[in-house]
Amino acid sequence: MDLHNFIFSVYPYIVFGVFFLGSWIRFDNEQYTWKSDSSQLLSKKGLRLASNLFHVGIIGLFFGHLAGLLIPHKVFLALGVSDMTHQWVAISAGTVFGGMCLLGAVLLWLRRMFTPRVRAASRWMDINILGWLALTAFLGLSTIPFSIHHANAGDASTMIVLAEWVQSIAYFRPDPDLLRGVDTVYKVHLFLGLSVFLFFPFTRLVHIWSAPITYLIRAYQVVRTKRGLIRS
Amino acid sequence: MKVRAQFAFVFNLDKCIGCHTCSVTCKNVWTNRKGVEYAWWNNVESKPGIGYPKQWENQQIWRGGWELKDGKLQLKSGSRLDRLLNIFANPDMPEIDDYYEPFTFDWARLQNAPLSEAAPTARPISQITGERMDKIQWGPNWEDDLAGEYDKRAKDVNMKGLEKQIYSQFQNTFHMYLPRICNHCINPACVAACPSGAMYKREEDGIVLADQDKCRGWRMCVSACPYKKTFYNWESGKAEKCIGCYPRVESGMPTVCSESCVGRIRYNGMMLYDADKIEELASTANPQDLYEAHTRIFLDPNDPKVIEQARKDGIPEDWLDACRRSPIWKMAMEWKVAFPLHPEFRTLPMVWYVPPLSPVQSAIDQGQLPTSPDGVIPKSDVLRMPLKYLASLLTAGKEEPVRQALNKMLAMRSYQRSVHVEGKADISALDAVGLTEQQAQDMYQLMAIAAYEDRFVIPTGHEEVRLEDFHGFQGQNGFTFGNDSSAGISAHSLFPERRKETVEPKEEAPSRRDY
Repeated sequence: MDLHNFIFSVYPYIVFGVFFLGSWIRFDNEQYTWKSDSSQLLSKKGLRLASNLFHVGIIGLFFGHLAGLLIPHKVFLALGVSDMTHQWVAISAGTVFGGMCLLGAVLLWLRRMFTPRVRAASRWMDINILGWLALTAFLGLSTIPFSIHHANAGDASTMIVLAEWVQSIAYFRPDPDLLRGVDTVYKVHLFLGLSVFLFFPFTRLVHIWSAPITYLIRAYQVVRTKRGLIRS
Repeated sequence: MKVRAQFAFVFNLDKCIGCHTCSVTCKNVWTNRKGVEYAWWNNVESKPGIGYPKQWENQQIWRGGWELKDGKLQLKSGSRLDRLLNIFANPDMPEIDDYYEPFTFDWARLQNAPLSEAAPTARPISQITGERMDKIQWGPNWEDDLAGEYDKRAKDVNMKGLEKQIYSQFQNTFHMYLPRICNHCINPACVAACPSGAMYKREEDGIVLADQDKCRGWRMCVSACPYKKTFYNWESGKAEKCIGCYPRVESGMPTVCSESCVGRIRYNGMMLYDADKIEELASTANPQDLYEAHTRIFLDPNDPKVIEQARKDGIPEDWLDACRRSPIWKMAMEWKVAFPLHPEFRTLPMVWYVPPLSPVQSAIDQGQLPTSPDGVIPKSDVLRMPLKYLASLLTAGKEEPVRQALNKMLAMRSYQRSVHVEGKADISALDAVGLTEQQAQDMYQLMAIAAYEDRFVIPTGHEEVRLEDFHGFQGQNGFTFGNDSSAGISAHSLFPERRKETVEPKEEAPSRRDY
């Protein structure tokens, strides 16, 4: 097994194993560490722009990738979405959200490095994960010229191959050979992106699991009682 | 009717001497930890002043508390969706400088400095960065005893509508202390704003807590609390707030701030209220009617119907007894001398305040002020502190209830003066304010003598209704750093470590053999 085979057939399973198990163990055992770890109290300046750019960007990217890569090719065709339409939507949405995410991440990273109070309260991993996400977004954006080149030539094969590979992993039939002919920039982006999930349980990223959507339907007041816990 | 008990406070501002013992004992017990150096669950402000954090009362800035939107109660920061949309960067969140940058001093320098002509100084060091600070610009109590420029202090929102220039003159200036803790509100805005449901009110005693394990650090409680009494621990990334000293209260002891109060101004006791009326009363249209609406949520612990329902709702007999002896009930409801702080925030706060009388003795001696018939006690309208200011603090600007309270306190003094100085009880002053002699004596006993057992009427908690084996939990679970009984931090962990240890001056104090 060469490195290519390892990274694109074994590594994803290691990554997602660590991702799910790690998140689960941390949630069970380390609730006190489960948090967004905001540094807004220490410095507000420019945070509103940077944090919103970053978060809206990365949420757009996450759901864009999820839909674009995991929905089977047949479904797109059945819905009347041609390969070229799919590719152009992916290119434009990716550019917009990727641009927002990268700009936000860079601004946040600079804030973290050069605002003395925020820097003092930063852990090693806080700095690293932000840098890693920025790098991943940068490589993701670097694939866009290649995709545009493919699209202009009317060639959707790379996009289809990437989706097929993702689905081969999802269905537990890993087929690393699908990626053999793909440009290196895509592969590096894939590796960086996959690794985010490896680091996930060990960083503040766990707050994503706790996105408080249920707040929208909750009653305003929360009252907890001690009474009646004993079965009489 | 749904009866709930509430652990409540009265602070008698007439006796507060601004010594900050409450603040210091609270800090030493609860917030002497990294990440909350800047947080004072209890603080004492000098009023008029902008307070801690800066301008906390000005909801144009912080958008804390509730408002009526088309007649319906809504948080001032908008709908639930508005808060979720602002979750990535809360626009209403105070910054550390709105409190103050926590600092220590380079104490070791005083002993380590080489011999020099000038005395060595201990320079300030930031407790966040560990770096030297050029100059301390603001602190937790920067305006103490009217320190600083008048123009800055006069930005106090309660000064609105007052002739600021007149009160800037030395002979007209006025001053009071305002000790503040979490109000353990009946309609808490922090709880309502918490996206993860980590903030909650305890059904048994109404103490409002932040679940350290469930908090995700979304920070909405910090901005939603109109009293700015929820804090963000920048080390742990969790919200922290006054816990009403619940481990003490459950054991029948007063809170640390109350116990240590040298002026004996703090009262702890229970109140019964009707939980079915919260929304209706908090939605009272005119803010000036909110104080009166708040008094209508309380239930009379002597009313047989209330007692019957309270028993059905699971309130223990000894708690009902404590409610009947409650010092809070006496001051807030029987004598009406205590008021909620800023009822217009619509959170139904449960720390109530007896307004301060302000001495004008020398003016009376010079015959410049009208007095009551005894010739000594001034009238409430000529006190040094403008009634309007007190009303702005305590009744959303409605002066009459505050005036009546001050008159009652003055009448009680006049009566007691007649008893102790003239040797003959004169009840004319009491008649004028509708107090009986017995009430005046009770007021004197509770408010002037303020014996320990009268100030603190706290029934013990009933852990036996909660735990099957309560002996098994003895000595466990006070205030922890989460994860129940563990410290939540192990020396080696796969998961994020603690940040570097609390910042202290780098140089160690010299050891003994260096001398």
